[in-house]
Amino acid sequence: MSNTAWETLSNQAVATAGIVYFLALVVYLAEWASLRQPAADRELVGVGGGAEPAASAAAPAAGAPAARTAFLGRLGILLTALACAAHFVALVGRGMAADPNRVPWGNMYEFTLSGTFVVALLYVVLYKKFALGWMGPLVVGFVVATLMVAVIWLYDAVAPLTEALNSPWLVIHVISAVIATGAFTLGGIASVMYLVRMRAERRAAAAERPLSRWLDRVPQLDALDRLAYRVHAFAFPVWTFAVLITGPIWAHEAWSRYWNWDPKEVWAFITWVVYAGYLHARATAGWKGRKAALLALVGVATLWFNFIGINYFSTTSQHAYAAERIVP
Amino acid sequence: MTTPRRPSPPLRSPERRRGEPGPSGDSAAKRDSERRPGELTARELGRWTWRQITSMRTALLLLLLLALAAIPGSVIPQADVDSLAVTRWKDQHPKLTPIYQKLDLFSVYSSPWFSAVYLLLVLSLVGCIIPRLLVYYRALRAQPPAAPRHLTRMPVQASYTTEQAPADVLEQARGVLGRRHRLRATGDGDDYVAAERGYLREAGNLVFHLSLLVVLAGVAMGSLWGYQGGVILVQGTTFSNNLTQYDDFKPGGLFRQDQMKNFRFSVDDFSVDWLKSGPRFGQARKFEAALSYRTGDAEPRKYNLRVNHPLEIDGTDVFLIGHGYAPVITIRDGSGQVVCTGPTPFLPRDASFLSYGVVKCPTAKPGQIGLEGMFYPSFEMQNGNPVTVFGDDLNPTLSMLSYTGDLGLDDGRSQSVYVLDKAKATPLKKADGKPMRVDLQPGDTVELPDGLGTVTFDRVDPWIRVQISQTPGKGIALLGVILALIGLCGSLFIRPRRVWVRAVPAEDGTGTRVEVAVLDRSGNGETDEVLARLLPQLKKESQ
Ligand code: HEM
Repeated sequence: MSNTAWETLSNQAVATAGIVYFLALVVYLAEWASLRQPAADRELVGVGGGAEPAASAAAPAAGAPAARTAFLGRLGILLTALACAAHFVALVGRGMAADPNRVPWGNMYEFTLSGTFVVALLYVVLYKKFALGWMGPLVVGFVVATLMVAVIWLYDAVAPLTEALNSPWLVIHVISAVIATGAFTLGGIASVMYLVRMRAERRAAAAERPLSRWLDRVPQLDALDRLAYRVHAFAFPVWTFAVLITGPIWAHEAWSRYWNWDPKEVWAFITWVVYAGYLHARATAGWKGRKAALLALVGVATLWFNFIGINYFSTTSQHAYAAERIVP
Repeated sequence: MTTPRRPSPPLRSPERRRGEPGPSGDSAAKRDSERRPGELTARELGRWTWRQITSMRTALLLLLLLALAAIPGSVIPQADVDSLAVTRWKDQHPKLTPIYQKLDLFSVYSSPWFSAVYLLLVLSLVGCIIPRLLVYYRALRAQPPAAPRHLTRMPVQASYTTEQAPADVLEQARGVLGRRHRLRATGDGDDYVAAERGYLREAGNLVFHLSLLVVLAGVAMGSLWGYQGGVILVQGTTFSNNLTQYDDFKPGGLFRQDQMKNFRFSVDDFSVDWLKSGPRFGQARKFEAALSYRTGDAEPRKYNLRVNHPLEIDGTDVFLIGHGYAPVITIRDGSGQVVCTGPTPFLPRDASFLSYGVVKCPTAKPGQIGLEGMFYPSFEMQNGNPVTVFGDDLNPTLSMLSYTGDLGLDDGRSQSVYVLDKAKATPLKKADGKPMRVDLQPGDTVELPDGLGTVTFDRVDPWIRVQISQTPGKGIALLGVILALIGLCGSLFIRPRRVWVRAVPAEDGTGTRVEVAVLDRSGNGETDEVLARLLPQLKKESQ
């Protein structure tokens, strides 16, 4: 296959992935909608539901609607997995289209493609283990939106790597950074849901009515908190490895200084410190739960700001991927 | 550290352990009652301050403060990173500049206020780590704690009855738990087994925090004893590692000149690969400088210096960080004598390698000669404008203005080689009164007016910019982060757990009643799952 053919394939695969993710989103939303049953049904299961979600999830009383919900849920994850496969093809295509062939991490478009891929992949892989079904619409929604940003604003033709990027450290550094980014994003989603559910629970308690049914599917607060912690606990060492070990080693080889307080480095450091704060917060009385979740969101915000935003704020970054750096 | 406020006594986090009231707690309380409210002795105040500084909450706030304090440096240009950008910024914001300067906003990361934040954090860290090291040392030697009296009141517990005698049940439990737990030595008449595991978690945590200090030490060494210098070297020239040879030099605070290693290298050749097609048309790649280097009197050796492949000589690193063109220009003065000749590095303005440079020839007679202007690697006229269409030197062209008079080189002030001092110089004019331009291609010669002489453009040589640096402590810093990562993984993934199994004769007299409780001390573990896994094992073995 020629390079242009690979590039075309990649573009088509991105489009396909985008469409299928979107379909998955629609299905997930339908799943959510199907949880909001007519009032009569609701009466039947709603009473126990508010207090005991586990029971309501399995409640046979819902009958046909429950079967439909389950079917939609399965369809959703299936579509997500398919889209994820197309997403992967898109990445491979980018790498194969370049001459010489390379990892698909040459510019912001490719980084964003990779980052969203990891988010989707982690979701699909962890779906069973952590019963992440409830997270579907959020994950897919995030991926679709970010892919759109990538295609519309960040698109860049396939090109060889700039000289500084041409290093084995690129592979190690970026793989770990992208994996950590994907995991932090999932952790952020869990933290958002923690806050949403906490608020809903408080309101429901105040109004003395059961929790709305779609929130019922979201795990309980302590489970959400623990899930968020576990994902963050996985992501944090990976991030440490990416930005505090491989990053400096590579920076030392390419730019002669292992740490230069370059804006990208500064924000990677800020992200690291905020997440260290998150881990501390979970061990500090009075910061558990809500405040920790808020910190996790600050962390995700700094992370994605660094990933995409800082490029537009600062012109001095040596990480300006598209620009040729070796001009004194 | 404040005294514990959380109600559930068994959940002892490290924070609580540090916070346990010392032996003086009671007497202090007594003394308190005899004093007026608000009164504090200096000692108490000191202790209170120390507790505040080393509390977990303070650590957390300091961490957030550190994150916040790092932000300005990413939006305001930093002198250490890009001094050119700082100068540009200052020109654009004359009003803000003095304020920013007062606040050290152009050198945030070495400013007193930024240092204050991280030094406080270090203080807090030390104050936090040392007591915990002692606590950990004691915990390592201590036995797992005895079983609480009422296991069934623990949050995660189970009980069942079995036919087996209590002693047998406990024996089995020891077998099951003993493989992966430390067991409490049983006293006579104990009706339980107490087991604990996951001691390494706290060790990991301590290693992590201590390693942060190691990293800091490594970084500090680099900035105190290290140096970075840059120099532009034209192909064919030789560099000896000597302060006078550097174009710019940034030593650390404790740098001594005798640290500089004795070596030399010459740039034999430099090549670049220019992309002639595709979306990155015009981008340069595969920069390669062939060096011969020697240390002291050793035999010369060869090295191909490339981006991402620095050369290490004797603990000093040499990096290729830039390149450009040096037109070789020869000036003959009025008498036809060659007065100035050689390559002059021109500085690239942008990625097209349109370059700016200056030639000064103060020894020419009857008048000094100065040239200032542009070099176009691939010259072309487009719509009447001179441009360079490519970075490669496919059609090298010089276009400079010429000056004579006093170039300001005689009054002893140091002057940048890239700036022509035109204060006392006059532009040369052609016979028709237009400025005298020196527009040349290799091999061309132009005659200056007023019998000043001639200028010849012989050829173009490439130059490279190398960065030469010593970064002592970089190995220590690296070791520090690696240790930190290992400690971190231990701290995050090891689950500290206590398990108790109690076996007592059942109340109704038939068989034995077994109670099992699991406690995860990190508060993050799946204790229910652990219990669920443990129960069948206990039951199976007891059959
Ligand atoms: C220099 C800045 C610091 C950083 C980057 C940092 C980072 C971290 C990280 C990432 C963790 C998570 C590991 C774990 O959960 O076990 C942690 C835990 C911990 N840190 Fe720090 N820390 C810093 C300073 C401090 C200070 C000053 C204290 C003392 C007040 C402290 C006390 C603790 C404690 C007690 C834990 C264990 C929490 C637990 O049991 O989960 N740290 N720290």
